[in-house]
Amino acid sequence: MSPDKLVMMANQIGAFFASQGPGGAKGAADHIRSFWDPRMQARILDHLDKGGEGLTPLVVQALSMLRSKP
Amino acid sequence: MTLIHETDFGTPASKSEKLVTLTIDGQSISVPEGTSIMRAAMEMGTKIPKLCATDMVDAFGSCRLCLVEIEGRPGTPASCTTPVSPGLNVKTQTPRLKQLRKGVMELYISDHPLDCLTCAANGDCELQDMAGAVGLREVRYGMDGANHFKPDSPLAMPKDESNPYFTYDPAKCIVCSRCVRACEEVQGTFALTIEGRGFDSRVSPGQHEAFLDSDCVSCGACVQACPTATLQEKSVIEIGQPEHSVVTTCAYCGVGCAFKAEMRGDELVRMVPYKDGKANRGHSCVKGRFAWGYATHKERILSPMIRDSIDQPWREVGWQEAIGFAANRLKAIQARYGRDSIGGITSSRCTNEETFLVQKLIRAGFGTNNVDTCARVCHSPTGYGLKTTFGTSAGTQDFDSVEHTDVVVVIGANPTDGHPVFASRLKKRLRQGAKLIVIDPRRIDLVKSPHIKAEVHLPLLPGTNVAIVTALAHVIVTEGLVDEVFVRERCDWAEFQEWAAFLSEPRNSPDIVGPMAGVEPDAIRHAARLFATGGNGAIYYGLGVTEHSQGTTTVMAIANLAMATGNIGRPGVGVNPLRGQNNVQGACDMGSFPHEFSGYRHVSDDATRQMFEELWGVPLSGDPGLRIPNMLDAAVDGSFKGLYVQGEDILQSDPNTHHVAAGLAAMECVIVQDLFLNETANYAHVFLPGCTFLEKDGTFTNAERRIQRVRRVMAPKNGYADWEVTLLLARAMGFEMDYAHPSQIMDEIAKVTPSFKGVSYQRLEEMGSIQWPCNDKAPLGTPVMHIDGFVRGKGKFVITEYIPTEERTGARFPLLLTTGRILSQYNVGAQTRRTANVVWHEEDRLEIHPHDAENRGICDGDWIKLQSRSGETALRALITDRVAPGVVYTTFHHPDTQANVITTDYSDWATNCPEYKVTAVQVSPSNGPTPWQQEYEAQAQRSRRIEGHAVEAAE
Repeated sequence: MSPDKLVMMANQIGAFFASQGPGGAKGAADHIRSFWDPRMQARILDHLDKGGEGLTPLVVQALSMLRSKP
Repeated sequence: MTLIHETDFGTPASKSEKLVTLTIDGQSISVPEGTSIMRAAMEMGTKIPKLCATDMVDAFGSCRLCLVEIEGRPGTPASCTTPVSPGLNVKTQTPRLKQLRKGVMELYISDHPLDCLTCAANGDCELQDMAGAVGLREVRYGMDGANHFKPDSPLAMPKDESNPYFTYDPAKCIVCSRCVRACEEVQGTFALTIEGRGFDSRVSPGQHEAFLDSDCVSCGACVQACPTATLQEKSVIEIGQPEHSVVTTCAYCGVGCAFKAEMRGDELVRMVPYKDGKANRGHSCVKGRFAWGYATHKERILSPMIRDSIDQPWREVGWQEAIGFAANRLKAIQARYGRDSIGGITSSRCTNEETFLVQKLIRAGFGTNNVDTCARVCHSPTGYGLKTTFGTSAGTQDFDSVEHTDVVVVIGANPTDGHPVFASRLKKRLRQGAKLIVIDPRRIDLVKSPHIKAEVHLPLLPGTNVAIVTALAHVIVTEGLVDEVFVRERCDWAEFQEWAAFLSEPRNSPDIVGPMAGVEPDAIRHAARLFATGGNGAIYYGLGVTEHSQGTTTVMAIANLAMATGNIGRPGVGVNPLRGQNNVQGACDMGSFPHEFSGYRHVSDDATRQMFEELWGVPLSGDPGLRIPNMLDAAVDGSFKGLYVQGEDILQSDPNTHHVAAGLAAMECVIVQDLFLNETANYAHVFLPGCTFLEKDGTFTNAERRIQRVRRVMAPKNGYADWEVTLLLARAMGFEMDYAHPSQIMDEIAKVTPSFKGVSYQRLEEMGSIQWPCNDKAPLGTPVMHIDGFVRGKGKFVITEYIPTEERTGARFPLLLTTGRILSQYNVGAQTRRTANVVWHEEDRLEIHPHDAENRGICDGDWIKLQSRSGETALRALITDRVAPGVVYTTFHHPDTQANVITTDYSDWATNCPEYKVTAVQVSPSNGPTPWQQEYEAQAQRSRRIEGHAVEAAE
């Protein structure tokens, strides 16, 4: 499960929620929590820890929310 | 069991609510206004002799056999064309009528071969019945005059046996025109006509062509309508007349046609569409009607097989050994790599009960939520999109609804090929005057075919759905065409206003969107105005909507459009996803998705999970599991090692074949349960033989949420129904599931799933079929949803920003490939390729516009190489202007083409539904199959070796 693919998927989710107005980061975080299996969540959070290359700002914010609320 | 004989009332039922009372043969009867005298008589049990009348088509009045006498009226009018009126006094049997009918029959029989004993229709011939009914004892004219049946007669025509499923014997034709009218009125193809005049008249496909060369689509309506052996199923000619029949449901597309399986012993003689079928109303297509020969195809695998590694030949073993081998491997994998290292895939081709069991086995027996279904790769965006906007992951209408529609939008669907029986019902409504808007990159048949012409066709570039649907909404909002009363009452007004503000931005206008999407701005405006102001508007869509990186967004954009125009909550309107496989809706309902239990409840919902834990007696995970693409990614990654696949061929059907193959090859145990050694089985370690829909009991749920029975008509040829195989595997895994019959599984489904609360086999027997939700609030089911309010409360408008796919054309890959289906083949073709349907489609072809072909020096029929960033394959070209310049199209029914070696890893943002419909490609001349195709074929051949079998079973 390459980080590149997860980054692309996360950014796609982020792009949709960015268009939904305020609360986009929470929407993206909730979406990832609801639909991604734990290993995918762990992998993208690991990528975030390593600098989060390629992630859009909204997704970075969303992943922080994902981590803070297990 | 007996043969089910459905009453033929002679003419169609009147839909009038006003009753008319008349007297027939001294008996008073009240029937709806507009009913024919023939039908009224049949309602009271009197069968007036008839030949040219049958209730599947309108009255014609040509055979002159159904004459009656009416008090106070001169002559002897035909009862089929004479409507009832108040106070009529009708006589159906008088000396004059008897004499007239006998005379008519004499004329008919004088030009008909008297070979009844050796005729295929013997025992099922209306001409024979009528000769008996009128007491015909002699033919005064003799049999030696001009005729069509003697071989030396100048009027004799040869038998046409070109169609693989039925014959046309002109010698037996009585020119009643029932076939011609069935082709027109029921099927809507207009392939047949009556050629010649007077005594020379005869049925003709097209301009005196053979059936196979004509426009005939082999739906079987003409054969069903024929009162003699003129049009006769070849299976009846070969086997003889059936002696009992069982009503069941077709296992092909999501229309869910009801059929009578007509049997002789345990041999299937023919499938005949069932008039009481609420989805098909007595009609069928070439697949359901005729393409069932795969059930007894010689390549069907009936013994379980195992092997240690995929480079070994298969070894046939007993069930116990195969199941034990599979369970031991799965347990060993879990012990070594963890509980979540295995999972499974449920099948939209299997029954609700089987699907429910597989997901139960995975969640409770394997202890993981790594379960998914093939709906992932087709309609998962429908589930997410409609649940978000309306509150329910399903279409809003029944198929009958189309009879009340004034404006139809068909977007990303090709109903005449993918959902043919619904298409016939739709075309009938269009011929009555409803308007049609087609949004599709290709000029599908609905755009223009006999007596059908779309008012607007928007031939958009693949990938621009969101932009186009949003532009339609822009016109509706900015031109004040919104149904504000509906929106204020039924939807969240604040969300609507935000949405309207977004839409109104100039970037969403036709003038901006049109040129970008390859569509005339005025055409967008025309379509929007028509939909908003043309009366009842209904939207039908298919995989051309869902299989995009913005598939879910388009579904929500469609829902927005329906809400903004008030087209929800009554017959004739609605949002109607046309489901691909027979039980896509059911597979989704049954909890096949990794994140939710049956009834679409998230696994993290504690109350729901606890209910299942108590019932199933094991703890369940509250974390979402892997979806199919994620499973394959995780397999390549090394964290997913074992897969149980029931009835799905992911290697052929899923995108980016190289990636799927790599994922499968990386697993340590792949268990395939199927009818044939499919492509996925090339990478399998255990093969568990599956059985066909003819061999098991259960239910399917079609695209209109209709739950219908599947009934066993013969014993499973492999020894076990599919649900029983799952029980064996569960037991071996240490998770006992105790069911003696699928009805008990349905009882459990009803117990744990609120929308199925009122469903049981008993209720299905009583009602024939049930549309969910079926519960205390709606004990008879729910044909139309959201009538008084949306399931979620207020309808939700969602902002649908157009975000182009990452898959872009460029210098290397300048064309856009989109994929689809053809009428005669189904999905990966595993079933239909093993029937005579191959005469219509032997190979996948690449449709390419003449300009693009000329630029590349490609002629029709040439081999071409099709290349994308994912891979390359070769197939032959079909030059056509159905596709626009810059767009190419192919089907994916044949494994030797493997169209999915071309498609990419891109997927829908919300659901991971693959983006099959947009791939940037290059097309160039080629000499034949690519090295990869040859290598693939060789690997497949090696993989299909079976120890002790000289001839390999081939896919």
